[in-house]
Amino acid sequence: MDRIVAPTADALLDVRGVRQAYHKDSTADLVVLDNVELRLVPGEIVGLLGRSGSGKSTLLRIVSGLLTPTGGEVYWRGTRLRGPAEGVAMVFQSFALFPWLTVQENVELGLEALGVPRAEREQRAEEAIDLIGLGGYDSAYPKELSGGMRQRVGLARALVVHPDLLLMDEPFSALDVLTAETLRTDLIDLWMEHRLPVKSVLMVTHNIEEAVLMCDRILVFSSNPGRVANEMRVPFAHPRNRLDPAFRQMVDDIYAVMTRRAPAPAPRPVGAPPQIGLALHPLSINLLAGMLEALAGPPYNGRADLPALAGALQLEADELLPLGEALALLGFAVLEEGDIRLTDSGRQFAVEDTEARKTLFAQALRAHVPLASLIHDEVRERRNHRVSAARFRDDLEEHMSPDYADETLKAVIGWGRYADLFAYDEEADQFFLEEDQQEELSPARAG
Amino acid sequence: MSDTTFPAIVSARRLPNLLDIAAMVVIFGLFVALVTGARSTLQPLAAMQATAIHLQPSFLPYYALRTTMRMFAALVCSLVFTFTYATWAAKSRRAGMILIPVLDILQSVPILGFLSFTVVFFMGLFPGRVLGAELAAIFAIFTSQAWNMAFSMYQSLTTLPADLDEAARAFHLSPWQRFWRLEVPFAVPGLVWNTMLSMSGGWFFVVASEAVSVGSTTWKLPGIGSYVALALEHRDIGAVLEAIGAMLVVILLYDQLLFRPLVAWSTKFRFEVVAADEAEDPWLLALLRRTQLLRIGSDALGAIFFAVSGMRLARVRAPRERPAWRSRAADVVWIAALAVAIGWAATRIAGFIAHTLHWHDLATAVLDGCFTLARVLLIVVVAAAIWVPLGVWFGLRPRWARFAQPVAQFLAAFPANLFFPIFVVVIVHFALDPDIWLTPLMLLGTQWYILFNVIAGAAAFPGDLKEVASNFRVGGFLWWRRVMLPGILPYLVTGAITASGNAWNTAIVAEVASWGKTNLVAHGLGAYIAEASKAGDTPRILLGVAVMSGFVLAFNRLLWRPLYAFSTRRMAL
Repeated sequence: MDRIVAPTADALLDVRGVRQAYHKDSTADLVVLDNVELRLVPGEIVGLLGRSGSGKSTLLRIVSGLLTPTGGEVYWRGTRLRGPAEGVAMVFQSFALFPWLTVQENVELGLEALGVPRAEREQRAEEAIDLIGLGGYDSAYPKELSGGMRQRVGLARALVVHPDLLLMDEPFSALDVLTAETLRTDLIDLWMEHRLPVKSVLMVTHNIEEAVLMCDRILVFSSNPGRVANEMRVPFAHPRNRLDPAFRQMVDDIYAVMTRRAPAPAPRPVGAPPQIGLALHPLSINLLAGMLEALAGPPYNGRADLPALAGALQLEADELLPLGEALALLGFAVLEEGDIRLTDSGRQFAVEDTEARKTLFAQALRAHVPLASLIHDEVRERRNHRVSAARFRDDLEEHMSPDYADETLKAVIGWGRYADLFAYDEEADQFFLEEDQQEELSPARAG
Repeated sequence: MSDTTFPAIVSARRLPNLLDIAAMVVIFGLFVALVTGARSTLQPLAAMQATAIHLQPSFLPYYALRTTMRMFAALVCSLVFTFTYATWAAKSRRAGMILIPVLDILQSVPILGFLSFTVVFFMGLFPGRVLGAELAAIFAIFTSQAWNMAFSMYQSLTTLPADLDEAARAFHLSPWQRFWRLEVPFAVPGLVWNTMLSMSGGWFFVVASEAVSVGSTTWKLPGIGSYVALALEHRDIGAVLEAIGAMLVVILLYDQLLFRPLVAWSTKFRFEVVAADEAEDPWLLALLRRTQLLRIGSDALGAIFFAVSGMRLARVRAPRERPAWRSRAADVVWIAALAVAIGWAATRIAGFIAHTLHWHDLATAVLDGCFTLARVLLIVVVAAAIWVPLGVWFGLRPRWARFAQPVAQFLAAFPANLFFPIFVVVIVHFALDPDIWLTPLMLLGTQWYILFNVIAGAAAFPGDLKEVASNFRVGGFLWWRRVMLPGILPYLVTGAITASGNAWNTAIVAEVASWGKTNLVAHGLGAYIAEASKAGDTPRILLGVAVMSGFVLAFNRLLWRPLYAFSTRRMAL
């Protein structure tokens, strides 16, 4: 069983029809990844690009052997993958350094696990530490180092085992802009000079420019469930120039791919209960309002190119896109081909004062977020004006993972509070009506 | 150090469930087995030669040494237990199903009540020899230390940071390497903190377990506890004071030579991203780290340990794929086996109890339990009323806090039962009502837990909030109600939990006191257990201990854990 030779023997890694689902008792499985295909040959850097929740990190964990997929197969050097394989090393987003081990001990960890004799271990660790620019820090503990230095330790720890495949899970996203850029260029320099003891690199990122800057090939993931929506080759030679028009055009194209709307769900039949299974991000009202104001004002005057907007607002694609989508969902804006355009209600919101904004927002919520109107109605129908939030959470979990259900509920709580639709009691985990909200209600009842 | 680590008891499951009952049955089934086993061997034991204890101060260093040795023997046992039991419970899902509830209940059982028949049991194993009594004493100390240490280890093992776990797996660490490189280091800070609490409690037990009477027989082991017991018989207050002096020296040495360095060293293992401002090294650790010769020695030991713990020993096995139904079938078999075993234990317990006890015995025990409950509550309230203002005062003044915190920890470790005779003398002299005046004895040892936790809380109170309070001139009662009390609540609750746990145990020795031929008895469950022990009435000891466990358990589950959860939830920003 272990010795099935894959037909594509020249590939380092071959991922075929991988599917990852979380089992739900009551309803259908929650599918995180669906039918993913990926082939990796020696000598390339491949990027997995997608929004948070698109399953790209899950795919990386499946490739590393940390996670067994619920369907499909992964072949590593022609052999079916079972558990973490030799020749694959990983760099973590959070660095994952052992705080009680020194830099050198951390770097030696993987060699120790392979049973490499001490003398050789020390020599190889020394080489890796010097290669990655950590010389002199050998005896320091991770907490003494800055974030950038810590990720260098993470890189050295992965490189020291001389892996054929280097996996990187958003390796630079926990670092500040300047540090991340230095680390990226250092890594690419080493790669171009063939000094990295690896054959291929597979990296996960949500930063579009980072992907275009570093990768030879980019797989763009769509969300819910995660699928490879698009695959593109990056034709530029290293070192790449971010200001090159062709580079900019590619970034623009990827934005367009990522904002392309998923096919709209079939209209629900008349009389069916409102569809609440829509995952929401708990974005703060200030952020939404700030975005609307920025869009309405000059130089955009209601329409903006997303990459340019991301640069001006200093937001990453992963932060900007949810924002744009939330505005689109609420009917304040429209996303089209890498652009965002304000609608009439969006423009109106931007110029109104606080009270009018609340009214506008309440209308938008009731019109476009079925869960919010459901809570709004229920809490008014109950005699004591209290409804347990757990009920809605359970309903949501029929459609999404518990984490997403929590996020969605959080979003609705935040937005509902702002729109004055209902109040929420955290201790009791209940929705209720404040006294003034109840007073508004009673004349309506009488009438 | 106490700002991040809390006693193990507060963070577990909250509501009583079926497994608690199962665990309780298992534990008391074992006790019944122990008692029946012990009774059959009781007879030939009566003629053990009494070890002579001398009331001369010159013997005290030797006695102190014996007491300390017992203490450390028990600590070694506790550590072995912690590493095996907790690891087993964490690694095996099926074992964990029963091991963890058992541990949870054991934390609440007042083991002091069992002293008399653990002595009888161990004497039965080694008839006529001192070894039996020694083992019984060590066992008693072990039972006071092991549970919360094991719990803390279990909690660490089950809450490993996900990224480190993935890193360990991705880099192919073998189970042995994983244990020493990831799991043990991660558990160290919590384990050291809980060991310190355990040791503090342990001194109390070592003193209590050196002189034990069952029926007409009294066993005395050479040690500080038996020295005090003899002094009480001889009404020699001078000797009591000498023993207190000796104990002070012992605890001071233990504190300075073992625990200060250990706690400071364990901060290295704290799982944190940013370097916190660290306190200065205690002098011994500084000595070890900075003196050339000593450092070579400790480095060599460390290097050997590092090499041994880094060995692979076994290869990583690829996970085997097994059909889910087989695992589920094994679960069913396992649960059925557990149910049968528990049912059998339950019938044995019922048989044992029905033989000798009636419902009115239960009523008496529960009523006495209510008296003790009232005492425990009163003590926690009084201790809080006294020490919260003082603790806050100390905590807000860093210079004082640095001084007061270790002193309070030191006092918590000091076995308060050594001070009991002094109070008893006063009560006897003024012919005071024991129901009221024996109560402060319980306060003696327990109050310090509240003090040092409050100091830690006040010291950790955010500086900007203090500034806000003075900027808006919030003062007086409002300051306590809105600013300081909510701010230190999690710490106060932690202290109160530890204090009340100790108070229950202390009740067994504090509700009964004697001075020469005079006996003082207060109404309460502690006295009930103590009297039953003295009379060698095993069914009543069992009943008393079971009822007390029930009280402690209910108290923890219904009051402390919800309160703790509330206070941490509210205070988290």
